[in-house]
Amino acid sequence: MNATAIVFYALAGLACASAFMVIWSRNVMHSALYLVPTFLSVAAIYVMLRAEFVAAVQVLVYAGGILVLFLFVIMLVNVKAVQGARLRLHGAVSGSIGAASIALLLSVYGRGRILAAAPDGGKLTEFGGNLETVGWVLYNEYLLPFEIASLFLLVAMVGAIVLARHKA
Amino acid sequence: MRVDFFLLIAGVLFSIGCIGVLIRRNAIVILMSIELMLNAVNLTFAAFANEGQTMTGQVFVFFVMTVAAAEAAVGLAIVIALFRRRKSTDVEDATLLRW
Repeated sequence: MNATAIVFYALAGLACASAFMVIWSRNVMHSALYLVPTFLSVAAIYVMLRAEFVAAVQVLVYAGGILVLFLFVIMLVNVKAVQGARLRLHGAVSGSIGAASIALLLSVYGRGRILAAAPDGGKLTEFGGNLETVGWVLYNEYLLPFEIASLFLLVAMVGAIVLARHKA
Repeated sequence: MRVDFFLLIAGVLFSIGCIGVLIRRNAIVILMSIELMLNAVNLTFAAFANEGQTMTGQVFVFFVMTVAAAEAAVGLAIVIALFRRRKSTDVEDATLLRW
């Protein structure tokens, strides 16, 4: 086992363990804080996949933006920790049905063979750095989706403000 | 590293998020689980981008992150509106459309 594999297994274990704690912990604030190691280890896995720009955006948008949004809302609504049983009957039933379908999915995945996709678009290191390559592809091939995404974010922002403001 | 390992960790993360949506009742935790699932999908995109030596997967991760940010903003606004009306963020207290 080489060093890359050890780092990968450590990151994967950290991501899975903290993701599990997100859905397992009783306190919503703890769930939100357990998201941090998940997002950061996924960002580190992006670096291993030579997607440095995506890793930086992951840290900025998820760990910096979305998580702060979650924390603000948790403090705003002031929810208390869940009382009573951790798993109730219909929660256990729906959870086990979900786990069974996921096990089916993973077994199908284990049986199949992963084919490498045919290369198209920009190569990973065609223009030097990863950021430069992403920018080149984004502003050439995907210019219209990029502009639509900006409009989409504007609509989402207006919608969030309208939904969350006090009724006049 | 082969692509299988990355797909496997993405599958495990997606499963955890999916089970979280199914078993938790707090709307905020459900939104967090959705973020976990979107993260797993992004990991799959990045793994295949690395495997196929193509840039398209990473650009798609960018768009998925856009959708995730918008979804978190609108979803949390809905949670706040729900809390104002029902004094709770429990999805089982939102019973207006329940049969």
